[in-house]
Amino acid sequence: MPQTLVEQILSKKTETTVRPGQIVMVEIDQVFAHDLSGPLAISQLGKLGFAGFKSPEKVRFFLDHASPSSTVASANEQKTVRDFADEWGVELLDVGEGISHQIVMERFARPWDIIIGGDSHTCTGGAVGSLAIGMGSTDVAVAMYLGKTWLRVPETMRFVLKGHLPKGVYSKDVMLHIIGAIGSGGATYRSMEFVGPAVDEWELHERAVMPNMAVEAGGKCGLMPSDSMTRRYFEEQGRPQDYQPLTPQLDAPCRFEMTVDVGTLEPQIALPHNVDLVVGVNDKKARGVKVHQIYLGTCTNGRVEDFRIAAGILKGHRIAKGTRLVATPASRQVYLEGLKEGLWTSIIEAGGLVNSPGCGACPGVQTGILGNGENCLSTMNRNFRGRMGNPEAFIYLASPACCAASALTGVITDPREVLA
Amino acid sequence: MSNTGRAWIFGDNISTDLIFPGRYVHLLSNMPELVKHTLEDARADYAASVKPGDFVVAGDNFGMGSSREQAPVIIKLSGARAVLAKSFARIFFRNAINVGLPVIEVDTSGINEGDDLQIDFGAGRLVDRTSGFERTFEPLPPIMTEILADGGLVAHIQKHGDFHLV
Repeated sequence: MPQTLVEQILSKKTETTVRPGQIVMVEIDQVFAHDLSGPLAISQLGKLGFAGFKSPEKVRFFLDHASPSSTVASANEQKTVRDFADEWGVELLDVGEGISHQIVMERFARPWDIIIGGDSHTCTGGAVGSLAIGMGSTDVAVAMYLGKTWLRVPETMRFVLKGHLPKGVYSKDVMLHIIGAIGSGGATYRSMEFVGPAVDEWELHERAVMPNMAVEAGGKCGLMPSDSMTRRYFEEQGRPQDYQPLTPQLDAPCRFEMTVDVGTLEPQIALPHNVDLVVGVNDKKARGVKVHQIYLGTCTNGRVEDFRIAAGILKGHRIAKGTRLVATPASRQVYLEGLKEGLWTSIIEAGGLVNSPGCGACPGVQTGILGNGENCLSTMNRNFRGRMGNPEAFIYLASPACCAASALTGVITDPREVLA
Repeated sequence: MSNTGRAWIFGDNISTDLIFPGRYVHLLSNMPELVKHTLEDARADYAASVKPGDFVVAGDNFGMGSSREQAPVIIKLSGARAVLAKSFARIFFRNAINVGLPVIEVDTSGINEGDDLQIDFGAGRLVDRTSGFERTFEPLPPIMTEILADGGLVAHIQKHGDFHLV
């Protein structure tokens, strides 16, 4: 009987044939928390009588949300995490290393792994075929303590992507289009499986956007094939031994199937204050809207390829008066690659500023908080009211190209007009 | 326990950013202060006026967004007996059970602000005594019922030494 990707992984792990709706107990391969979810997880471990990790190599802590710390309170929370990791001999990825999800993808996630993370965008790991699921601090603490967790086998929604991305259109636009179509609760409790000839030709930076934003449709996880592109990515990352194939079975029964011809899409914008309020860039609700801040970065679009696109548009130009541009690389690796390529020079000479790797302005706990009534256009994944720290501000979501093009004009602009 | 309380009405897509705004992250270790901001960006009047035993009543996709567990924690500490919604975001749903906050997926249409509600968790029955109707809801999966009955996941593991799958 053919199975969806999530069913294949859970069947292998449990050595049974799983069915959607079933509750299963699984051993986990990796578990992590960060500076916001970590302190509570550590306190819960204390209540459980924790006295050491059975498999410390499976456990990691990241300090990414305030990177570096922004208040005395965040400095003390981070100190708690640092001290705990040091005491119990587990890996700490300190401030400046970057966003947990990006580092997990670069260095740790493997196809067929089950990864539990104390952050909703843990689902990013699906880009390399990991079953990566976001949970809260207590679930993470128990996963660290017992080395296992319970899961409900999710139904699958299959998205078959075909065609070639037109100039100025990226996987970000495809994902915004899908979320606009199914709604921000459209995939609740489900696995979103992204397959098809378009996916086959996408490199990992393009793929990662899809599972990263699965949670914005309510998805439990997002999964993609592990194939020759994945193998190449692992080789480039210096860990070819981590590659294993994970092959979609397109005849596996699933709850829902949607085919998207990506060749027909135009650049998309999510309007405030919900990710499913999606329109084309030339819709009157988007085009020409004044932009006070552009934010480039995050676990969605903070990779070197994203900054290459943005820097290519900005190079040799000045961003518009009255618009500021904040760029934050997703990881130290991205930061260094961008440095070698001169991407930050292009951005800074255009009038932008570049911050140290991490979550940056996205969670609203540090640099880049918006003023009352201001509009931000960002490569982020969510635009809820108050997300960037101020409930009186407005967040629009788009691709890196759209953000860079709009930085030059000061208003939301179709990137195809500057890429021509 | 009478299991009755007043309804506080919220809309669809109440995000964890609205429940626990990121700008209060510096209060993470100061729960009594953080609780004063519960649901502040959805309804500024809630935290100051909610009474113990009241119900948070919402539409679809309650708790969407981040995995911050303090979101259900502060709703529980605010005094709410339970959250009733047409549907929940899954991380919030799981977190709520883990911290001992009952969450009930039920058709909430027709419930008005301030309605006097009565819940029978075991029988899966909701009565709106003000508007005069009764609804049934599906009980939680057995493992979640047990975690909730034990007072949350930490208490559950303390009691059984492991997940107790029934």
